[in-house]
Amino acid sequence: MTASPAFEFASLAEIASSVRSGQLSARAFLAQSLGAIRELEGDLHCFNEITTDKAMADADEVDRMVRSGLDPGPLAGVPVALKDNLCTAGIPTTCSSKILEGWLPPYDATVVSRLRAAGAVLVGKTNLDEFAMGSSTENSAFGPTRNPWDTGRVPGGSSGGSAAAVAAGIVPLSFGSDTGGSIRQPAALCGIVGVKPTYGVVSRYGLIAFASSLDQIGPFATTVADAALGLEVVAGHDPMDSTSLARPAPSLLASLTEGVSGLRIGLVEDFLVDGSECVDAVVAAGEALAAAGAKVDMVTIPELLLGLPAYYVIAPAEASSNLSRYDGVRYGLRVDGPDTETMNARTRGEGFGPEVKRRIMMGTYALSAGYYDAYYGQAQKARTLVIRAFEAAYRNFDVLLTPTTPSVAFPFGSKVDDPIEMYMCDLCSIPSSLAGHPAASVPFALSSEGLPVGVQVLAPALGEAVMMRVAASLEAGASREARGPVRP
Amino acid sequence: MSEPDRLITPEQVRHVARLARLALDDDEVGRMALQLSAILEHVDAVRRLDTNDVPPTAHPFPVENVLRADTEVPCLERESVLSQAPAVESDRFRVPRIMGEAP
Repeated sequence: MTASPAFEFASLAEIASSVRSGQLSARAFLAQSLGAIRELEGDLHCFNEITTDKAMADADEVDRMVRSGLDPGPLAGVPVALKDNLCTAGIPTTCSSKILEGWLPPYDATVVSRLRAAGAVLVGKTNLDEFAMGSSTENSAFGPTRNPWDTGRVPGGSSGGSAAAVAAGIVPLSFGSDTGGSIRQPAALCGIVGVKPTYGVVSRYGLIAFASSLDQIGPFATTVADAALGLEVVAGHDPMDSTSLARPAPSLLASLTEGVSGLRIGLVEDFLVDGSECVDAVVAAGEALAAAGAKVDMVTIPELLLGLPAYYVIAPAEASSNLSRYDGVRYGLRVDGPDTETMNARTRGEGFGPEVKRRIMMGTYALSAGYYDAYYGQAQKARTLVIRAFEAAYRNFDVLLTPTTPSVAFPFGSKVDDPIEMYMCDLCSIPSSLAGHPAASVPFALSSEGLPVGVQVLAPALGEAVMMRVAASLEAGASREARGPVRP
Repeated sequence: MSEPDRLITPEQVRHVARLARLALDDDEVGRMALQLSAILEHVDAVRRLDTNDVPPTAHPFPVENVLRADTEVPCLERESVLSQAPAVESDRFRVPRIMGEAP
């Protein structure tokens, strides 16, 4: 677990600048990434697909542009990994599900085309909990990803492959999706930075839908500045996503170093009750920010505790509708039957894993006649209460701090038989998802077992700039040992 | 279970599975009845909430219908889409019968 300079990437800006100037080649950075994959993939299983040949062609194209005097863009030559629920034209996209195994999307997600246009080089598609439903990657149909800090433990989820790939130094930048915490929780468990932007800041076009009113795409990186640059590149309005906000990408890098002097920062008391090391980290983070000039106070927002139960009605309800498209007709698996309805049911029964089936059943139940008002209708009203409570809190605070997760990375198998126990992983991350607000996890401390502990920074809608400023300040006050990359 | 109306029975599981077009074997039905009952118990805080005068939120921000200009743009190529389908006939998706026998 010692950091060796050989596998540490420079900052994204330094990589891009050395490639743009012709000092180093995209091919050289790619070779570093592919070398790390060869060495570590057997232990970690970060990837569902490694796109070696396409990556070499893409890197050569970047180098050719530089030689021709063209600028490949702000991520020139940066190797990136993408969660395998982002559509990549002609490259298998599975959602870690048997029902989509072997499917070749006919188009690229907007995030994919923006990364290519910025000069980034895709090295592979990363493992996830099937259809992004889970908090450990144990729900992948293709086997779990392992945490580089301790390969007996989960990397978190659902974007576990993307988080582990950055934490192990395989790539300096990756992307995941976050519906209730699926970027922030694995970032915390893997000791890296993960950002869920405001809903609508990043286009969802080509992101395979789980819960459409909650899903957002965001970056993983080892530093706040790298995550900020990654987000800037993919953000901004996209006519292909009708929920994409009609505004330019937020400018984040310019204000990162402005510090926190005078900012009002609230520690959410309702998530600081159990005295765990994750709670201690938030208290210490508050002290560090106060020392840096912020005005730090406790705040109680009990309505946020409605988030978890509301989410576990709303997200399955939306999922049950979104996943109805996997019917054995247009793509993916088909298990034949004498009539179409039987074919649909057999295909879905065989193609989906246990957690996906559970959520489809829960969602279908919550939307079915006689239960709609009691569950789905009530959950939507609870969502309103969460949003109102945040609005009230943000009258007095610029940002809020909570633990990202209730616990550090847990051993394989320890929660897999108890869905509720697994759902509790999302306790602190769900409220901002329901509100559509941005949130980031920053590695801050090491636990007594030597595992990273993340602190979550929450901000109101479109508050990315102030959120990332606070994140940068936290990073400056954090234990360097708590941050990847690490060698397994 | 003190509130029998909340307990999901195996019969209800089968009904919901039919609505969801999900083939479950008997083991799965039994397990699902227990697990869904546990999940429903957990989300009961939401069911019991006093929400008089609270409007529902379906979406974090107001959503408006978006129309694009009525101009021709290329769509996905038929070939690349059909090449991913489990069964194709005459440039169409082929499925098993959808209607019962004629009377």
